[in-house]
Amino acid sequence: MPLNPVARFSRAQCPPLDTRYRVETPEGIDLLLRPAGLVPRALAFAIDLLIRGLLLLAMYVVLGLLGKFGMGLATILLFLVTWWYMVLFEVFNQGRSPGKQLLGLRVVHDDGTPVGWAASLTRNLLRFVDILPFGYTLGILSCLNHPAFKRLGDIAAGTLVVYRDTLPARPSLPQAEALHAPFALDLLEQRALLGFAERGASLSGERRTELAAILAEPLQVPVEQAEQRLNGIARGLLGPT
Amino acid sequence: MKQRLFESRHQVDWQAFAEQLDALERGKADSQQCKGFAAAYRRLCQQLALAQARGYSNHLIEQLQQLALRGHQQFYRHRSPLGAQLLGFLLGGFPRLVRAEWRCVLVASLVFFGSLLVMGALVYLFPELIYSLVDADQVASMEQMYDPDARRLGRFGERHSGDDWLMFGFYIMNNIGIAFQTFASGLLLGLGSLFFLLFNGLMIGAVAGHLSQIGYGTTFWSFVIGHGAFELTAIALAGGAGLKLGWALLAPGRRSRGEALRLAAGRSVRLIGGVIVLLVLAAFVEAYWSSMTFAEPTVKYAVGAALWLLVLSYLLLAGRGAHAPD
Repeated sequence: MPLNPVARFSRAQCPPLDTRYRVETPEGIDLLLRPAGLVPRALAFAIDLLIRGLLLLAMYVVLGLLGKFGMGLATILLFLVTWWYMVLFEVFNQGRSPGKQLLGLRVVHDDGTPVGWAASLTRNLLRFVDILPFGYTLGILSCLNHPAFKRLGDIAAGTLVVYRDTLPARPSLPQAEALHAPFALDLLEQRALLGFAERGASLSGERRTELAAILAEPLQVPVEQAEQRLNGIARGLLGPT
Repeated sequence: MKQRLFESRHQVDWQAFAEQLDALERGKADSQQCKGFAAAYRRLCQQLALAQARGYSNHLIEQLQQLALRGHQQFYRHRSPLGAQLLGFLLGGFPRLVRAEWRCVLVASLVFFGSLLVMGALVYLFPELIYSLVDADQVASMEQMYDPDARRLGRFGERHSGDDWLMFGFYIMNNIGIAFQTFASGLLLGLGSLFFLLFNGLMIGAVAGHLSQIGYGTTFWSFVIGHGAFELTAIALAGGAGLKLGWALLAPGRRSRGEALRLAAGRSVRLIGGVIVLLVLAAFVEAYWSSMTFAEPTVKYAVGAALWLLVLSYLLLAGRGAHAPD
């Protein structure tokens, strides 16, 4: 007995509600990547810009003391910093420039593998087009229009900027006596029930009662006992009854 | 199997795998630690698939998914020896790539060298034409640079031997910057690359025509012929790579535009890799050979011609053997 008509749609049929990006791996499992939007990416870029500015300033002060030889060296370093800063960090630091690292972002290929030389060089050289005509206009337009927030360089290089997720704390299930479900549950229904129990602490008591009340009738309990019953079933799904 | 039992049975494995990942991510894992990695990763993937198929709770699945993602990142890392790869690319891969992309390279070369030659001839025949392209101050500074009486030549005029470093840096910065711009702006449907090719062709042509016409030809040509072999070819190749990007957008064939662009970019960025090497060579030649005045112009012409021959035969002939050098 389905709890919700939407639940009967398979995952393939209904597009995800969030922006998560699904990649199937050779091992036959799906990886879920969370592409980062415009604002965190812009912030990461601003931090990198600041770091580069400070680096260049320090370099000119130190190398300026060495005269012409130092200036030649400084020009080469300027070139390295303008064109290669991002590439070197992305390739050697697992897709993270310092700015991205601070904001918890990383660059990966479209298939979820770590970014390599060719892709990193492409996306950073094509930055030159993204900044046209001024202040990253083309890049911003492309980023806002793309479902995975790619700028033009990302589209050409086949790369994504994704969040590095951190694991949330283990949720504690509300106390209840473990119960068997009164009828067979399909997988999505089972996940929904467990989700309700796991996320109970983040909802208000009224909202929990309201949500549980939807199921009072199929569970054949009064409305006020529905929540307790659901938690019991969730416990029963997790452990021994 | 209920979730609790599943978790308690495998918790130890997951913790061990997470520790292994931590070590790998910080780059501090020794080979002993990595031994069981592939098997542990496969086992984790299987456990994730099981957990999903059995409808276990979101928290557990998310935890496993994250471990799988981190494992995937480490497992599929590209760690080929860069040196050997680079050598193989330079010995055979790059010229083969240039020949495979001959259409774009040909168009870019025609635009660049064509505009250069035509503009050079025009300025030589109608000297006042140069002032419609270059302003008078710049023309004057050009004339001063290539004045036959100067002790040293090139963009830094009067200078000492210690300045070669400064020039080397400047040339690398300037020329590779131009090449990168020429390539990247190809994304604007190829128009940007065409513009930069045409613009640089016209400028260089105008300056060459003007200097030859006022009688500074010997100093100018003996200066540019050596590094020009690398520099001009590299700009033309960068333009060709840019045109390939633009063409993928204009005529994607039976692919979507995004997919066509991605494939074209993968190839053209390798062209750019070769261009960078050519330009570093050019900067080296320009700073340490072209600017020296101790060699007679005839020697410089001979060396320059040899360099042109070298570059062209490299691009046309290298890497044609039956077996690619590894």
